[in-house]
Amino acid sequence: MSIQVRNLVKRFGSTVVCDHLNLDIRAGELVALLGPSGSGKTSLLRIIAGLERPDSGSVLFQGEDATFVDTRERNVGFVFQHYALFGHMTIFENVAFGLRVRPKATRPSEPELVAKVTALLKLVQLDWIADRYPHQLSGGQRQRIALARALAVEPQVLLLDEPFGALDAKVRKELRRWLRRLHDEMHVTSVFVTHDQDEAMEVADRIVVMNHGRIEQEGAPDAVYDRPATPFVLQFLGDVNLFRGRFGHSPGGAAGADDVSYVRPHELAVLGTAEDGSLAATLSQALTVGPRTRLEFKRDDDGSYVDVELPRQEYTALRESLDLHTGSHVHLKPLRVTRFAASR
Amino acid sequence: MSSTSLALPRVTVPVAVPPRNALAAPAEPAWVRRLLIGVALVFLVLFLFVPLATVFAEAFKKGIDVYLAAISESDALASVKLTLIAAGVAVPLNLVFGIAAAWAIAKFDFRGKQVLLTLIDLPFSVSPVIAGLIYVLIFGLQGWFGEWLRDHDLKVIFAVPGIVLATVFVTFPFVARELIPLMQAQGNEAEEAARVLGASGWQIFWRVTLPNVKWALLYGVILCNARAMGEFGAVSVVSGHIRGQTNTMPLHIEILYNEYQFAAAFAVASLLAALALVTLVLKYLVEQRVHAQMRAPLIEPQSSPGATP
Repeated sequence: MSIQVRNLVKRFGSTVVCDHLNLDIRAGELVALLGPSGSGKTSLLRIIAGLERPDSGSVLFQGEDATFVDTRERNVGFVFQHYALFGHMTIFENVAFGLRVRPKATRPSEPELVAKVTALLKLVQLDWIADRYPHQLSGGQRQRIALARALAVEPQVLLLDEPFGALDAKVRKELRRWLRRLHDEMHVTSVFVTHDQDEAMEVADRIVVMNHGRIEQEGAPDAVYDRPATPFVLQFLGDVNLFRGRFGHSPGGAAGADDVSYVRPHELAVLGTAEDGSLAATLSQALTVGPRTRLEFKRDDDGSYVDVELPRQEYTALRESLDLHTGSHVHLKPLRVTRFAASR
Repeated sequence: MSSTSLALPRVTVPVAVPPRNALAAPAEPAWVRRLLIGVALVFLVLFLFVPLATVFAEAFKKGIDVYLAAISESDALASVKLTLIAAGVAVPLNLVFGIAAAWAIAKFDFRGKQVLLTLIDLPFSVSPVIAGLIYVLIFGLQGWFGEWLRDHDLKVIFAVPGIVLATVFVTFPFVARELIPLMQAQGNEAEEAARVLGASGWQIFWRVTLPNVKWALLYGVILCNARAMGEFGAVSVVSGHIRGQTNTMPLHIEILYNEYQFAAAFAVASLLAALALVTLVLKYLVEQRVHAQMRAPLIEPQSSPGATP
């Protein structure tokens, strides 16, 4: 089912959390709402779910106005960050809840219900803990049960609010990929909220970057990363060095005196000799974490710091060819520069 | 939806098992520990156990026959009956009110929430005697509704309704006070999850909200009942001490005591003391349930044979 958001406004007191939002989500798509906390992404998700009422604007499901349709009738599945499982019910009953509360006419018979719940538990590969209670499960297991519970009502739309936010890094990574594959099989329109750009990039078909209740940019993960529409998007999607004034002639063209140029740490080359458009700097710190090395340089002209990131082997090679050590003078040259017209 | 063969990565969750001896023995020397424990024990015996034992000892001092006669005497039975009526009305009323107030305060935001919270605590902060006097001033002959009540031949003060009202007032906060912090801590997520899954308001209340607070609710009811049966001050003011009619058990005990019928006084008192003991046992059992649920062990995901597909 497709979702359209039209001119949506939501305020909490004097804070505007959704500022005239417009968004189209196609049927079967997996969309990430990405933004820092307080950017309005969770409010937007909750409005789509019907858990919050917008102050103005509308939400359309499959072209039909659903703004004032009660949550119960929207046929959405919602997965909460902290799972929100029913602690006094077994795992089986948790998943069965949405079927049990149906009016008699549409409620499945007991054998049907058992078959359906068992199939869902198999889908999330937790059918062996059907008679346990939520507090006996690990975080990752709980979130899978929460997902099974949401899918039990055969939702047209699946909404996930920071679904992996409360899990540790390893489990989070595994569940992300699993969610991606699950979506590829089921094709249910899905929207998930996250503040983790890696998560959004890895899982989503399309990313919607939000800030201060506005949509900064939407598009495919690569497009958003490679062609950020605003400085905010650029900075939110990864580390970036900021240069004021004339800098980086060659790839990005000449910069005006007031322009700001942005260069990502891995898009800077370290050179032994000055070249056109390069910048003199002194190495102040080198830090290797796993396969990557972070170098911190101090600019010779204004004393500000520049980060450079490169693969560990490249750093090792560089250290030998340039005799690189703390305090050595080198030149940095941008491989790619991003600038925004009409600086903000 | 089909049951797919989606391969889920083996999720290896490090299960945190809290060390069993987290509360290791303190490093103080043995004599300090013994001294501290000894002081605590002496206090307990002196101020709690001895008085309680005295009640039962005095009650049975003149033999079991006197004891049985004292508690089966008609005025004593009437006081037991009145106490049961007062508690029987006050507890269900405050149960319903407590749930409603806790629900409203914990799950919704509205103007005057702080005022309501403060009002709920009023019976705790006001002396029970004042609580009784309030009702005398409202319903007594010189009070606001006194003449109207007299004209319609309704008796509140120095009658059963007054005693029930006073009891309801002093036991007002117990259930609500027990539920509010728990419901606030639990938040709204479970209810929202139920609503998204299609549950109606009643279904959410009966299937999600109430089961989540049932032990705290029972705990509140136990405390509420104990206070309702034991209340003296407020009831004393509105009762008028008419034997066999408006005397609750605590009031009856006082009268017997003032008339030097010590054995009889302590016999009835032993009933209240027994009630207190039963309450404590129930309270202990309920607390065990609450803790047991909180401390339930985690289960190793790898331990089951069905774990690996």
